[in-house]
Amino acid sequence: MSETNASVGNKPPKISCRGVTKSFGAKSVLAGVDFDVQAGESMVIIGGSGTGKSVTIKCVLGLIRHDAGSIKIDGQEVSRMSARAREAIDRKFGMLFQGGALFDSLPVWENVAFGLLHARNVPRRKARDLAMEKLAMVGLGPEVGKLSPSELSGGMQKRVALARAIATEPEIIFFDEPTTGLDPIMADVINNLIVEITRKLGATALSITHDMASVRKIADKVSMLYDGKIIWSGPIAEIDRCGNPYVEQFIHGRAAGPIQMQVRRL
Amino acid sequence: MILASRLNLLALIGRSLLAVLGATGRLAVFTLEAISHCLRPPFFPRLLLNQMIEIGYYSLPVVGLTGIFAGMVLALQSYTGFSRFAAESAIPNVVALSITRELGPVLAGLMVAGRVGAAMAAEIGTMRVTEQIDALRTLSTNPFKYLIAPRLLAALITMPILVLVADIIGIMGGYIVSVHKLDFNAAAYLKNTWDFLEPMDVISGLVKAAVFGFLIALMGCYHGFNSKGGAQGVGAATTNAVVSGAILVLVFNYIITEAFFSR
Ligand SMILES: Nc1ncnc2c1ncn2[C@@H]1O[C@H](COP(=O)(O)OP(=O)(O)O)[C@@H](O)[C@H]1O
Ligand SMILES: [Mg+2]
Repeated sequence: MSETNASVGNKPPKISCRGVTKSFGAKSVLAGVDFDVQAGESMVIIGGSGTGKSVTIKCVLGLIRHDAGSIKIDGQEVSRMSARAREAIDRKFGMLFQGGALFDSLPVWENVAFGLLHARNVPRRKARDLAMEKLAMVGLGPEVGKLSPSELSGGMQKRVALARAIATEPEIIFFDEPTTGLDPIMADVINNLIVEITRKLGATALSITHDMASVRKIADKVSMLYDGKIIWSGPIAEIDRCGNPYVEQFIHGRAAGPIQMQVRRL
Repeated sequence: MILASRLNLLALIGRSLLAVLGATGRLAVFTLEAISHCLRPPFFPRLLLNQMIEIGYYSLPVVGLTGIFAGMVLALQSYTGFSRFAAESAIPNVVALSITRELGPVLAGLMVAGRVGAAMAAEIGTMRVTEQIDALRTLSTNPFKYLIAPRLLAALITMPILVLVADIIGIMGGYIVSVHKLDFNAAAYLKNTWDFLEPMDVISGLVKAAVFGFLIALMGCYHGFNSKGGAQGVGAATTNAVVSGAILVLVFNYIITEAFFSR
Protein backbone atom coordinates (compact mmCIF):
# COMPACT_ATOMS: atom_id res chain seq x y z
CA MET A 1 0.00 0.00 0.00
CA SER A 2 2.93 2.28 -0.61
CA GLU A 3 1.26 4.84 -2.81
CA THR A 4 -1.27 5.99 -0.19
CA ASN A 5 -0.39 9.52 0.80
CA ALA A 6 0.86 9.49 4.36
CA SER A 7 -0.07 12.85 5.82
CA VAL A 8 -2.43 15.34 4.30
CA GLY A 9 -1.42 18.97 4.84
CA ASN A 10 -1.67 20.00 8.48
CA LYS A 11 -4.63 17.83 9.42
CA PRO A 12 -4.26 16.14 12.78
CA PRO A 13 -3.38 12.44 12.68
CA LYS A 14 -6.35 10.06 12.53
CA ILE A 15 -5.14 8.28 15.64
CA SER A 16 -2.70 9.73 18.12
CA CYS A 17 -1.58 8.06 21.35
CA ARG A 18 0.67 9.75 23.89
CA GLY A 19 1.91 8.11 27.06
CA VAL A 20 -0.96 5.63 27.24
CA THR A 21 -0.71 3.37 30.27
CA LYS A 22 -2.82 0.46 31.42
CA SER A 23 -2.44 -1.99 34.28
CA PHE A 24 -4.60 -4.92 35.30
CA GLY A 25 -4.35 -5.04 39.07
CA ALA A 26 -0.66 -5.02 39.90
CA LYS A 27 0.31 -6.07 36.39
CA SER A 28 1.39 -3.23 34.14
CA VAL A 29 0.69 -4.00 30.48
CA LEU A 30 1.12 -0.63 28.74
CA ALA A 31 3.74 1.70 30.18
CA GLY A 32 3.47 4.80 28.02
CA VAL A 33 2.59 3.94 24.43
CA ASP A 34 3.13 6.65 21.80
CA PHE A 35 2.23 6.47 18.14
CA ASP A 36 0.45 8.36 15.36
CA VAL A 37 -1.46 7.03 12.41
CA GLN A 38 -2.03 9.53 9.61
CA ALA A 39 -5.15 9.58 7.46
CA GLY A 40 -5.06 6.93 4.74
CA GLU A 41 -2.07 5.24 6.27
CA SER A 42 -1.80 1.58 7.19
CA MET A 43 0.11 1.08 10.39
CA VAL A 44 0.97 -2.30 11.83
CA ILE A 45 1.92 -2.94 15.44
CA ILE A 46 4.18 -5.95 15.87
CA GLY A 47 5.30 -7.61 19.06
CA GLY A 48 5.39 -10.93 20.86
CA SER A 49 2.20 -12.48 22.13
CA GLY A 50 1.03 -11.11 25.47
CA THR A 51 2.86 -7.79 25.04
CA GLY A 52 -0.39 -5.83 25.03
CA LYS A 53 -1.12 -5.34 21.34
CA SER A 54 -4.80 -6.23 21.70
CA VAL A 55 -5.03 -4.11 24.83
CA THR A 56 -3.63 -1.14 22.89
CA ILE A 57 -6.25 -1.45 20.17
CA LYS A 58 -9.04 -1.92 22.72
CA CYS A 59 -7.95 1.26 24.49
CA VAL A 60 -8.14 3.18 21.22
CA LEU A 61 -11.57 1.67 20.53
CA GLY A 62 -12.73 2.56 24.04
CA LEU A 63 -13.50 -1.06 24.95
CA ILE A 64 -10.95 -0.84 27.76
CA ARG A 65 -10.45 2.37 29.71
CA HIS A 66 -6.79 3.38 29.78
CA ASP A 67 -5.30 4.56 33.08
CA ALA A 68 -3.41 7.63 31.91
CA GLY A 69 -2.18 9.36 28.79
CA SER A 70 -3.95 10.80 25.81
CA ILE A 71 -5.76 9.11 22.92
CA LYS A 72 -6.98 11.38 20.15
CA ILE A 73 -9.11 10.47 17.17
CA ASP A 74 -9.13 13.16 14.47
CA GLY A 75 -7.59 15.48 17.04
CA GLN A 76 -10.36 14.92 19.63
CA GLU A 77 -9.42 13.59 23.03
CA VAL A 78 -11.60 10.51 23.57
CA SER A 79 -11.35 10.07 27.32
CA ARG A 80 -13.01 13.41 28.16
CA MET A 81 -15.85 13.07 25.73
CA SER A 82 -19.63 13.18 26.17
CA ALA A 83 -21.48 9.97 25.40
CA ARG A 84 -22.98 11.59 22.31
CA ALA A 85 -19.59 12.62 20.91
CA ARG A 86 -18.22 9.19 21.76
CA GLU A 87 -20.98 7.58 19.69
CA ALA A 88 -20.08 9.77 16.74
CA ILE A 89 -16.46 8.63 17.02
CA ASP A 90 -17.50 4.98 17.33
CA ARG A 91 -19.30 5.25 14.01
CA LYS A 92 -15.97 5.87 12.30
CA PHE A 93 -14.63 2.52 13.48
CA GLY A 94 -14.64 -0.98 12.09
CA MET A 95 -12.97 -3.82 13.95
CA LEU A 96 -11.90 -7.31 13.01
CA PHE A 97 -11.51 -9.25 16.26
CA GLN A 98 -8.76 -11.76 16.84
CA GLY A 99 -11.28 -14.56 17.38
CA GLY A 100 -13.81 -13.30 14.84
CA ALA A 101 -16.43 -12.60 17.52
CA LEU A 102 -19.26 -13.36 15.12
CA PHE A 103 -22.75 -13.38 16.66
CA ASP A 104 -23.61 -17.06 16.74
CA SER A 105 -27.31 -16.39 17.24
CA LEU A 106 -27.56 -14.68 13.85
CA PRO A 107 -27.06 -15.99 10.31
CA VAL A 108 -23.96 -14.86 8.44
CA TRP A 109 -25.70 -12.17 6.42
CA GLU A 110 -27.17 -10.56 9.53
CA ASN A 111 -23.75 -10.55 11.12
CA VAL A 112 -22.39 -8.65 8.15
CA ALA A 113 -25.40 -6.35 7.99
CA PHE A 114 -25.49 -5.76 11.76
CA GLY A 115 -24.05 -2.25 11.78
CA LEU A 116 -26.23 -1.23 8.85
CA LEU A 117 -29.40 -2.60 10.45
CA HIS A 118 -28.97 -1.36 13.99
CA ALA A 119 -26.75 1.70 13.87
CA ARG A 120 -27.64 3.13 10.43
CA ASN A 121 -31.30 2.05 10.24
CA VAL A 122 -30.96 0.62 6.75
CA PRO A 123 -34.12 -1.35 5.85
CA ARG A 124 -33.70 -5.13 6.11
CA ARG A 125 -33.94 -5.93 2.42
CA LYS A 126 -31.45 -3.24 1.46
CA ALA A 127 -29.11 -4.28 4.28
CA ARG A 128 -29.30 -7.85 3.09
CA ASP A 129 -28.30 -6.88 -0.44
CA LEU A 130 -25.43 -4.79 0.89
CA ALA A 131 -24.30 -7.68 3.09
CA MET A 132 -24.29 -10.04 0.11
CA GLU A 133 -22.22 -7.47 -1.77
CA LYS A 134 -19.69 -7.32 1.07
CA LEU A 135 -19.59 -11.11 1.26
CA ALA A 136 -18.82 -11.19 -2.44
CA MET A 137 -15.98 -8.73 -1.83
CA VAL A 138 -14.35 -11.23 0.52
CA GLY A 139 -14.95 -14.07 -1.93
CA LEU A 140 -17.99 -15.71 -0.35
CA GLY A 141 -21.10 -16.56 -2.33
CA PRO A 142 -24.67 -15.67 -1.37
CA GLU A 143 -25.35 -19.26 -0.22
CA VAL A 144 -23.01 -18.62 2.73
CA GLY A 145 -25.25 -15.77 3.88
CA LYS A 146 -27.93 -18.11 5.19
CA LEU A 147 -25.55 -20.31 7.19
CA SER A 148 -24.86 -19.93 10.88
CA PRO A 149 -21.30 -18.81 11.82
CA SER A 150 -20.72 -22.14 13.59
CA GLU A 151 -21.09 -23.94 10.26
CA LEU A 152 -18.10 -22.12 8.76
CA SER A 153 -14.41 -23.04 8.72
CA GLY A 154 -11.87 -20.80 10.47
CA GLY A 155 -10.84 -19.08 7.25
CA MET A 156 -14.44 -18.42 6.25
CA GLN A 157 -15.19 -17.01 9.71
CA LYS A 158 -12.27 -14.61 9.36
CA ARG A 159 -13.60 -13.51 5.99
CA VAL A 160 -17.10 -12.99 7.34
CA ALA A 161 -15.64 -11.02 10.25
CA LEU A 162 -13.73 -8.95 7.72
CA ALA A 163 -16.90 -8.34 5.73
CA ARG A 164 -18.66 -7.26 8.93
CA ALA A 165 -15.83 -4.88 9.86
CA ILE A 166 -16.05 -3.08 6.52
CA ALA A 167 -19.81 -3.22 5.97
CA THR A 168 -20.48 0.29 7.25
CA GLU A 169 -17.54 1.61 5.20
CA PRO A 170 -15.71 2.94 8.26
CA GLU A 171 -13.00 5.58 8.14
CA ILE A 172 -10.73 3.71 10.52
CA ILE A 173 -10.43 -0.06 10.47
CA PHE A 174 -8.70 -2.17 13.11
CA PHE A 175 -7.43 -5.65 12.31
CA ASP A 176 -6.41 -7.79 15.27
CA GLU A 177 -4.28 -10.67 14.00
CA PRO A 178 -6.21 -11.10 10.76
CA THR A 179 -4.12 -14.06 9.57
CA THR A 180 -3.36 -15.95 12.77
CA GLY A 181 -4.41 -19.57 12.61
CA LEU A 182 -4.83 -19.62 8.85
CA ASP A 183 -2.85 -21.60 6.32
CA PRO A 184 -0.31 -19.52 4.35
CA ILE A 185 -2.43 -19.38 1.22
CA MET A 186 -5.58 -18.29 3.04
CA ALA A 187 -3.43 -15.81 5.00
CA ASP A 188 -2.25 -14.29 1.74
CA VAL A 189 -5.83 -14.09 0.48
CA ILE A 190 -6.84 -12.21 3.62
CA ASN A 191 -3.82 -9.90 3.37
CA ASN A 192 -4.71 -9.04 -0.21
CA LEU A 193 -8.31 -8.40 0.81
CA ILE A 194 -7.21 -6.06 3.55
CA VAL A 195 -4.97 -4.08 1.22
CA GLU A 196 -7.57 -3.95 -1.52
CA ILE A 197 -10.47 -3.01 0.74
CA THR A 198 -8.73 -0.32 2.76
CA ARG A 199 -7.52 1.21 -0.47
CA LYS A 200 -10.98 1.07 -2.01
CA LEU A 201 -12.59 2.71 1.02
CA GLY A 202 -9.69 5.12 1.46
CA ALA A 203 -9.65 4.00 5.08
CA THR A 204 -7.00 4.38 7.74
CA ALA A 205 -5.89 1.01 9.09
CA LEU A 206 -4.35 -0.03 12.38
CA SER A 207 -3.42 -3.70 12.45
CA ILE A 208 -1.78 -6.09 14.84
CA THR A 209 0.13 -9.13 13.81
CA HIS A 210 3.13 -11.23 14.58
CA ASP A 211 3.17 -12.66 11.07
CA MET A 212 5.99 -10.93 9.15
CA ALA A 213 4.64 -11.93 5.74
CA SER A 214 1.45 -10.13 6.64
CA VAL A 215 3.38 -7.09 7.89
CA ARG A 216 5.28 -6.75 4.63
CA LYS A 217 2.08 -6.99 2.68
CA ILE A 218 -0.22 -4.60 4.52
CA ALA A 219 2.00 -2.08 6.34
CA ASP A 220 2.97 1.43 5.30
CA LYS A 221 4.45 1.98 8.72
CA VAL A 222 5.47 -0.44 11.47
CA SER A 223 5.73 0.04 15.22
CA MET A 224 7.11 -2.54 17.59
CA LEU A 225 5.62 -2.93 21.04
CA TYR A 226 7.89 -4.35 23.69
CA ASP A 227 7.69 -4.18 27.46
CA GLY A 228 4.75 -1.78 27.41
CA LYS A 229 6.31 0.75 25.04
CA ILE A 230 6.76 1.37 21.33
CA ILE A 231 10.49 0.75 20.96
CA TRP A 232 10.78 1.34 17.24
CA SER A 233 8.63 2.95 14.62
CA GLY A 234 9.29 3.57 10.94
CA PRO A 235 8.29 2.95 7.34
CA ILE A 236 8.13 -0.69 6.27
CA ALA A 237 10.98 -0.13 3.81
CA GLU A 238 13.34 0.63 6.68
CA ILE A 239 12.54 -2.32 8.88
CA ASP A 240 15.30 -4.53 7.50
CA ARG A 241 18.00 -1.95 8.20
CA CYS A 242 16.63 -0.37 11.35
CA GLY A 243 19.59 -1.42 13.45
CA ASN A 244 17.36 -2.12 16.45
CA PRO A 245 18.36 -5.46 17.98
CA TYR A 246 14.85 -6.11 19.34
CA VAL A 247 13.21 -5.55 15.98
CA GLU A 248 15.84 -7.62 14.22
CA GLN A 249 15.38 -10.51 16.59
CA PHE A 250 11.61 -10.33 16.07
CA ILE A 251 11.59 -10.13 12.28
CA HIS A 252 14.05 -12.98 11.96
CA GLY A 253 12.32 -15.02 14.64
CA ARG A 254 15.44 -15.90 16.62
CA ALA A 255 15.34 -17.35 20.13
CA ALA A 256 18.67 -15.72 20.94
CA GLY A 257 18.75 -11.95 21.40
CA PRO A 258 17.76 -9.17 23.77
CA ILE A 259 14.14 -10.42 24.04
CA GLN A 260 14.18 -13.24 26.57
CA MET A 261 11.19 -15.55 26.73
CA GLN A 262 10.38 -16.46 30.29
CA VAL A 263 10.80 -20.20 30.09
CA ARG A 264 12.63 -22.34 32.57
CA ARG A 265 15.67 -24.26 31.35
CA LEU A 266 15.05 -27.98 31.10
CA MET B 1 1.70 -11.58 68.61
CA ILE B 2 -1.87 -11.49 69.82
CA LEU B 3 -2.22 -7.91 68.65
CA ALA B 4 -0.87 -8.85 65.24
CA SER B 5 -3.34 -11.70 64.83
CA ARG B 6 -6.18 -9.46 65.99
CA LEU B 7 -5.20 -6.87 63.41
CA ASN B 8 -5.09 -9.58 60.78
CA LEU B 9 -8.58 -10.62 61.71
CA LEU B 10 -9.76 -7.00 61.52
CA ALA B 11 -8.11 -6.61 58.15
CA LEU B 12 -9.84 -9.75 56.94
CA ILE B 13 -13.23 -8.52 58.12
CA GLY B 14 -12.57 -5.14 56.56
CA ARG B 15 -11.60 -6.66 53.25
CA SER B 16 -14.67 -8.90 53.13
CA LEU B 17 -16.90 -5.95 53.98
CA LEU B 18 -15.34 -3.88 51.22
CA ALA B 19 -15.79 -6.74 48.78
CA VAL B 20 -19.48 -7.05 49.68
CA LEU B 21 -20.02 -3.30 49.41
CA GLY B 22 -18.16 -3.23 46.09
CA ALA B 23 -20.28 -6.04 44.68
CA THR B 24 -23.49 -4.37 45.85
CA GLY B 25 -22.40 -1.09 44.30
CA ARG B 26 -21.57 -2.73 40.98
CA LEU B 27 -24.93 -4.49 40.91
CA ALA B 28 -26.71 -1.22 41.73
CA VAL B 29 -24.92 0.62 38.92
CA PHE B 30 -25.68 -2.22 36.51
CA THR B 31 -29.36 -2.24 37.52
CA LEU B 32 -29.77 1.51 37.11
CA GLU B 33 -28.08 1.50 33.73
CA ALA B 34 -30.22 -1.44 32.61
CA ILE B 35 -33.44 0.27 33.72
CA SER B 36 -32.49 3.53 32.06
CA HIS B 37 -31.94 1.68 28.77
CA CYS B 38 -35.31 -0.06 29.16
CA LEU B 39 -36.98 3.35 29.20
CA ARG B 40 -35.09 5.19 26.42
CA PRO B 41 -35.25 4.54 22.67
CA PRO B 42 -34.13 2.99 20.41
CA PHE B 43 -36.12 -0.12 21.31
CA PHE B 44 -35.74 -3.52 19.72
CA PRO B 45 -39.32 -4.86 19.42
CA ARG B 46 -38.22 -7.90 17.42
CA LEU B 47 -35.78 -8.94 20.17
CA LEU B 48 -38.39 -8.29 22.85
CA LEU B 49 -40.83 -10.57 21.05
CA ASN B 50 -38.18 -13.29 20.66
CA GLN B 51 -37.39 -13.13 24.35
CA MET B 52 -41.07 -13.21 25.31
CA ILE B 53 -41.49 -16.37 23.30
CA GLU B 54 -38.30 -17.84 24.76
CA ILE B 55 -39.21 -16.98 28.35
CA GLY B 56 -42.98 -17.23 28.27
CA TYR B 57 -44.02 -19.77 25.70
CA TYR B 58 -41.23 -22.28 26.28
CA SER B 59 -41.67 -22.12 30.06
CA LEU B 60 -45.37 -23.02 29.84
CA PRO B 61 -44.87 -26.82 30.10
CA VAL B 62 -42.68 -26.68 33.23
CA VAL B 63 -44.81 -24.07 34.89
CA GLY B 64 -48.00 -25.92 34.01
CA LEU B 65 -46.65 -29.20 35.38
CA THR B 66 -45.49 -27.69 38.65
CA GLY B 67 -48.84 -25.89 38.96
CA ILE B 68 -51.04 -28.92 38.46
CA PHE B 69 -49.12 -31.14 40.86
CA ALA B 70 -48.91 -28.41 43.49
CA GLY B 71 -52.69 -27.97 43.32
CA MET B 72 -53.31 -31.70 43.48
CA VAL B 73 -51.10 -32.37 46.47
CA LEU B 74 -52.49 -29.31 48.22
CA ALA B 75 -56.02 -30.68 47.97
CA LEU B 76 -54.90 -34.06 49.20
CA GLN B 77 -52.96 -32.75 52.18
CA SER B 78 -55.53 -30.21 53.30
CA TYR B 79 -58.14 -32.95 53.16
CA THR B 80 -56.03 -35.03 55.55
CA GLY B 81 -55.85 -32.12 57.94
CA PHE B 82 -59.30 -30.62 57.59
CA SER B 83 -61.25 -33.88 57.77
CA ARG B 84 -60.12 -34.15 61.41
CA PHE B 85 -62.16 -30.99 62.18
CA ALA B 86 -64.92 -31.82 59.71
CA ALA B 87 -63.86 -28.69 57.81
CA GLU B 88 -63.53 -30.25 54.36
CA SER B 89 -65.60 -27.45 52.85
CA ALA B 90 -62.65 -25.11 53.32
CA ILE B 91 -60.50 -27.07 50.87
CA PRO B 92 -61.42 -25.08 47.74
CA ASN B 93 -60.49 -21.84 49.51
CA VAL B 94 -57.26 -23.20 50.87
CA VAL B 95 -56.24 -24.45 47.44
CA ALA B 96 -57.18 -21.23 45.66
CA LEU B 97 -55.58 -18.97 48.24
CA SER B 98 -52.35 -20.91 48.52
CA ILE B 99 -51.95 -21.22 44.78
CA THR B 100 -52.71 -17.63 43.80
CA ARG B 101 -50.91 -15.95 46.67
CA GLU B 102 -47.88 -18.14 47.19
CA LEU B 103 -47.34 -21.37 45.33
CA GLY B 104 -48.15 -20.14 41.85
CA PRO B 105 -45.67 -17.27 41.82
CA VAL B 106 -43.00 -18.93 43.96
CA LEU B 107 -42.93 -22.27 42.16
CA ALA B 108 -43.09 -20.62 38.75
CA GLY B 109 -40.37 -18.20 39.89
CA LEU B 110 -38.08 -21.01 40.99
CA MET B 111 -38.65 -22.97 37.79
CA VAL B 112 -38.05 -19.92 35.62
CA ALA B 113 -34.95 -19.01 37.65
CA GLY B 114 -33.56 -22.41 36.75
CA ARG B 115 -34.60 -22.39 33.12
CA VAL B 116 -34.36 -18.78 32.03
CA GLY B 117 -31.77 -17.40 34.47
CA ALA B 118 -29.33 -20.12 33.48
CA ALA B 119 -29.95 -19.70 29.77
CA MET B 120 -29.45 -15.94 29.95
CA ALA B 121 -26.24 -16.18 31.96
CA ALA B 122 -24.83 -18.84 29.66
CA GLU B 123 -25.69 -16.99 26.47
CA ILE B 124 -24.53 -13.55 27.59
CA GLY B 125 -21.49 -15.03 29.35
CA THR B 126 -20.42 -16.82 26.18
CA MET B 127 -20.89 -13.61 24.25
CA ARG B 128 -18.68 -11.85 26.79
CA VAL B 129 -15.80 -14.33 26.70
CA THR B 130 -15.86 -14.64 22.90
CA GLU B 131 -15.74 -10.83 22.57
CA GLN B 132 -19.19 -10.67 20.98
CA ILE B 133 -20.18 -7.97 23.48
CA ASP B 134 -17.12 -5.92 22.48
CA ALA B 135 -18.10 -6.51 18.86
CA LEU B 136 -21.57 -5.05 19.57
CA ARG B 137 -19.91 -1.90 20.87
CA THR B 138 -17.72 -1.55 17.77
CA LEU B 139 -20.87 -1.85 15.67
CA SER B 140 -22.31 1.16 17.52
CA THR B 141 -24.88 -0.94 19.36
CA ASN B 142 -25.20 -0.60 23.10
CA PRO B 143 -25.20 -4.08 24.68
CA PHE B 144 -27.54 -2.87 27.42
CA LYS B 145 -30.08 -1.92 24.78
CA TYR B 146 -29.57 -4.91 22.55
CA LEU B 147 -29.05 -7.73 25.06
CA ILE B 148 -30.22 -6.70 28.50
CA ALA B 149 -33.23 -4.41 28.12
CA PRO B 150 -35.22 -6.89 25.96
CA ARG B 151 -34.58 -9.71 28.45
CA LEU B 152 -35.57 -7.65 31.50
CA LEU B 153 -38.72 -6.33 29.85
CA ALA B 154 -39.71 -9.70 28.44
CA ALA B 155 -39.35 -11.40 31.83
CA LEU B 156 -41.24 -8.58 33.54
CA ILE B 157 -44.12 -8.87 31.08
CA THR B 158 -44.36 -12.63 30.65
CA MET B 159 -43.94 -13.82 34.24
CA PRO B 160 -47.38 -12.52 35.32
CA ILE B 161 -48.95 -14.27 32.33
CA LEU B 162 -47.15 -17.49 33.21
CA VAL B 163 -48.28 -17.22 36.82
CA LEU B 164 -51.87 -16.57 35.78
CA VAL B 165 -51.70 -19.79 33.78
CA ALA B 166 -50.13 -21.57 36.76
CA ASP B 167 -52.95 -20.25 38.99
CA ILE B 168 -55.63 -21.61 36.71
CA ILE B 169 -53.92 -24.96 36.22
CA GLY B 170 -53.13 -25.25 39.93
CA ILE B 171 -56.74 -24.64 40.94
CA MET B 172 -57.73 -27.18 38.29
CA GLY B 173 -55.35 -29.68 39.89
CA GLY B 174 -57.05 -29.19 43.24
CA TYR B 175 -60.41 -29.54 41.56
CA ILE B 176 -59.47 -32.79 39.85
CA VAL B 177 -58.30 -34.42 43.06
CA SER B 178 -61.22 -33.08 45.11
CA VAL B 179 -63.90 -34.10 42.64
CA HIS B 180 -62.51 -37.40 41.41
CA LYS B 181 -60.80 -38.67 44.51
CA LEU B 182 -62.38 -36.93 47.50
CA ASP B 183 -65.96 -36.98 46.13
CA PHE B 184 -66.63 -33.25 46.16
CA ASN B 185 -69.53 -31.88 44.19
CA ALA B 186 -68.01 -30.32 41.06
CA ALA B 187 -70.30 -27.29 40.82
CA ALA B 188 -70.08 -26.57 44.55
CA TYR B 189 -66.30 -26.76 44.45
CA LEU B 190 -66.05 -24.22 41.65
CA LYS B 191 -68.63 -21.91 43.19
CA ASN B 192 -66.84 -22.09 46.52
CA THR B 193 -63.53 -21.21 44.87
CA TRP B 194 -65.03 -18.35 42.93
CA ASP B 195 -66.96 -16.85 45.85
CA PHE B 196 -64.10 -16.75 48.28
CA LEU B 197 -61.29 -15.68 46.01
CA GLU B 198 -60.68 -11.94 46.24
CA PRO B 199 -59.11 -9.88 43.47
CA MET B 200 -56.27 -8.96 45.80
CA ASP B 201 -55.27 -12.62 46.16
CA VAL B 202 -54.65 -12.89 42.44
CA ILE B 203 -53.25 -9.39 42.01
CA SER B 204 -50.68 -9.80 44.75
CA GLY B 205 -49.50 -12.99 43.06
CA LEU B 206 -49.18 -11.24 39.72
CA VAL B 207 -47.23 -8.36 41.24
CA LYS B 208 -44.91 -10.92 42.78
CA ALA B 209 -44.54 -12.57 39.40
CA ALA B 210 -43.52 -9.34 37.69
CA VAL B 211 -40.93 -8.61 40.38
CA PHE B 212 -39.59 -12.18 40.26
CA GLY B 213 -39.33 -12.05 36.49
CA PHE B 214 -37.33 -8.85 36.64
CA LEU B 215 -35.01 -10.17 39.36
CA ILE B 216 -34.39 -13.49 37.62
CA ALA B 217 -33.54 -11.81 34.32
CA LEU B 218 -31.41 -9.24 36.14
CA MET B 219 -29.37 -11.98 37.81
CA GLY B 220 -28.98 -13.89 34.55
CA CYS B 221 -27.85 -10.78 32.68
CA TYR B 222 -25.62 -9.43 35.44
CA HIS B 223 -23.70 -12.63 36.03
CA GLY B 224 -23.42 -13.36 32.31
CA PHE B 225 -22.31 -9.83 31.51
CA ASN B 226 -19.57 -9.93 34.13
CA SER B 227 -18.31 -13.44 33.48
CA LYS B 228 -14.56 -13.81 33.08
CA GLY B 229 -12.21 -16.33 31.58
CA GLY B 230 -13.53 -19.09 29.37
CA ALA B 231 -15.91 -22.00 29.70
CA GLN B 232 -15.25 -22.22 33.42
CA GLY B 233 -16.17 -18.57 33.96
CA VAL B 234 -19.40 -19.03 32.04
CA GLY B 235 -20.21 -22.11 34.13
CA ALA B 236 -19.67 -20.18 37.35
CA ALA B 237 -21.81 -17.31 36.05
CA THR B 238 -24.63 -19.72 35.24
CA THR B 239 -24.57 -21.29 38.68
CA ASN B 240 -24.47 -17.88 40.36
CA ALA B 241 -27.36 -16.64 38.25
CA VAL B 242 -29.58 -19.58 39.21
CA VAL B 243 -28.70 -19.58 42.90
CA SER B 244 -28.98 -15.82 43.38
CA GLY B 245 -32.16 -15.72 41.27
CA ALA B 246 -33.81 -18.42 43.40
CA ILE B 247 -32.77 -16.80 46.67
CA LEU B 248 -34.01 -13.38 45.57
CA VAL B 249 -37.36 -14.95 44.59
CA LEU B 250 -37.80 -16.31 48.12
CA VAL B 251 -36.60 -13.13 49.86
CA PHE B 252 -38.79 -10.83 47.77
CA ASN B 253 -41.71 -13.22 48.17
CA TYR B 254 -41.60 -12.53 51.87
CA ILE B 255 -41.11 -8.78 51.46
CA ILE B 256 -44.02 -8.43 49.02
CA THR B 257 -46.30 -10.64 51.13
CA GLU B 258 -45.52 -8.47 54.12
CA ALA B 259 -46.22 -5.30 52.14
CA PHE B 260 -49.58 -6.59 50.88
CA PHE B 261 -51.03 -8.46 53.82
CA SER B 262 -49.38 -7.47 57.08
CA ARG B 263 -52.06 -4.94 58.02
N1 LIG C 1 -9.29 -8.04 30.68
C1 LIG C 1 -8.06 -8.36 31.13
N2 LIG C 1 -7.87 -8.58 32.45
C2 LIG C 1 -6.65 -8.90 32.93
N3 LIG C 1 -5.55 -9.03 32.19
C3 LIG C 1 -5.67 -8.81 30.86
C4 LIG C 1 -6.93 -8.47 30.27
N4 LIG C 1 -6.75 -8.32 28.93
C5 LIG C 1 -5.44 -8.56 28.71
N5 LIG C 1 -4.79 -8.85 29.86
C6 LIG C 1 -3.36 -9.14 30.00
O1 LIG C 1 -2.64 -8.18 29.26
C7 LIG C 1 -1.56 -8.79 28.59
C8 LIG C 1 -1.57 -8.40 27.14
O2 LIG C 1 -2.66 -9.01 26.50
P1 LIG C 1 -2.98 -8.82 24.95
O3 LIG C 1 -3.04 -7.38 24.64
O4 LIG C 1 -4.17 -9.64 24.65
O5 LIG C 1 -1.69 -9.47 24.27
P2 LIG C 1 -1.36 -9.55 22.72
O6 LIG C 1 -0.20 -8.65 22.53
O7 LIG C 1 -0.97 -10.97 22.47
O8 LIG C 1 -2.57 -9.15 21.97
C9 LIG C 1 -1.66 -10.27 28.81
O9 LIG C 1 -0.65 -10.65 29.72
C10 LIG C 1 -3.02 -10.48 29.41
O10 LIG C 1 -2.94 -11.46 30.39
MG1 LIG D 1 -3.95 -10.21 20.91
